[in-house]
Amino acid sequence: MTTIDNLMIKVDKLNKSFGDLHVLKDVDLTVKESDVVVLIGASGSGKSTLLRCLNFLEMKNSGDIIIEGEKVEKSTHNLNKVRERVGMVFQHFNLFPHKTVLENIIEAPVKVKGVKKGDAIKEGKELLNKVGLGDKLDVYPSKLSGGQKQRVAIARALAMKPDVMLFDEPTSALDPELVGEVLATMKELAKEGMTMVVVTHEMGFAREVADWVVYMNDGRIVERGHPNDVFDNPKEQRTKDFLNSIL
Amino acid sequence: MESLTHFFNAFIDSYPIFLKGMWLTLELTVVSILFAIVIGLVFALLKLSNIKILEWISNIYVYLVRGTPLIVQIFVLFFGITKLIQMDAFWAASIALAFHNGAYIAEIFRGSIQSIDRGQMEAGRSLGMSTSLTMRRIVLPQAFRRALPPLGNQFIIGLKDSSLAAFISMSELFNIATTLGSAKFDTLTYLLIVAVYYLVLVLLLTLFVNLIERKLAASEK
Repeated sequence: MTTIDNLMIKVDKLNKSFGDLHVLKDVDLTVKESDVVVLIGASGSGKSTLLRCLNFLEMKNSGDIIIEGEKVEKSTHNLNKVRERVGMVFQHFNLFPHKTVLENIIEAPVKVKGVKKGDAIKEGKELLNKVGLGDKLDVYPSKLSGGQKQRVAIARALAMKPDVMLFDEPTSALDPELVGEVLATMKELAKEGMTMVVVTHEMGFAREVADWVVYMNDGRIVERGHPNDVFDNPKEQRTKDFLNSIL
Repeated sequence: MESLTHFFNAFIDSYPIFLKGMWLTLELTVVSILFAIVIGLVFALLKLSNIKILEWISNIYVYLVRGTPLIVQIFVLFFGITKLIQMDAFWAASIALAFHNGAYIAEIFRGSIQSIDRGQMEAGRSLGMSTSLTMRRIVLPQAFRRALPPLGNQFIIGLKDSSLAAFISMSELFNIATTLGSAKFDTLTYLLIVAVYYLVLVLLLTLFVNLIERKLAASEK
């Protein structure tokens, strides 16, 4: 039984449809503080949509999304305020191409939170040092490799000091040799106790870093458990089939 | 040879009055295009607002302007509106040109805004930025850069279309050419002369747009 005070995200009977396509079906999910939850499943299984619902980039059709004890509804909440606490990293980085690396990082802290520019720059530099890009402050994103772009994107999300970070296939658009540097940054974050929900196909990362692995199929959560249990001893036949198909 | 000398003599004799006309043409163009950019941006945003009634207002505006000749719009404004509100020919022409170019510029802005990857808006929103803040800080600067080449094209069209103000008695370049041409029974010479002035203006405008394009491109390197 989880206690309510360290509950970061709770999703209750979440349903989402795009037109006739029922993408999420009665999804329940619990994420505690400092948990690393990895969502796995075939493409089209709804894991990215689930993640996007958690950040209200997609609006649910029914069910509850409770963030840090607050049931968040479009009608009662300023979603912009909620998103400040829920960072997101995208598959295609989505850096702002007309801004330098440092400008990408300080944009939201300065314009949304009203942080003084000098302070934002100082914090931005620290964050970039942390992701190993302290020498790229004044470079435009077009000059960076995919792995560097994604690390800047992670730093950009962290600059808002979110309570939880969502990663939507953060390494899927990268060349194989660049995957490692992004995963290393994410591992570092996990070690620091960041709460993370990660959609990924990197099973090695899931096994090593995840506290919980959640397998989704056809819009439903089929199985969840500790990585070793899910990977080595899956209970459901569909999980076995999926793991066999990718490992 | 003789006709060439005649052309140059006519050119030199007429340049003080043509320069005045060129100044008026420039004024008409700059004023109307500045307003047209604002009008275009507003109607582009209305069209992308996802609010049905605003989309319709934008659609109807673009349809009315694109569906009728500019000369009709100028006449309607000049002979219609000036009956209700005191307005001189310069403002009637400027407003008509602004609304005319505004419709085309609205479509240019709409296209360039829509061409910016959806992920840019999502990235801004995911950082807690509002839709309007993300539009202003993230999407529009990129969209404007993409809009520049077709905008430059529209500026040139706007410059040349200002010649229609001649028909509500504005002494801009084209009016001067036709007036001088018929006064001296030498229409062709003065039309060729005015063509030179337009070519120079278009060249300057092109260089100006190229300069901005290069400036903006450089800031991304």
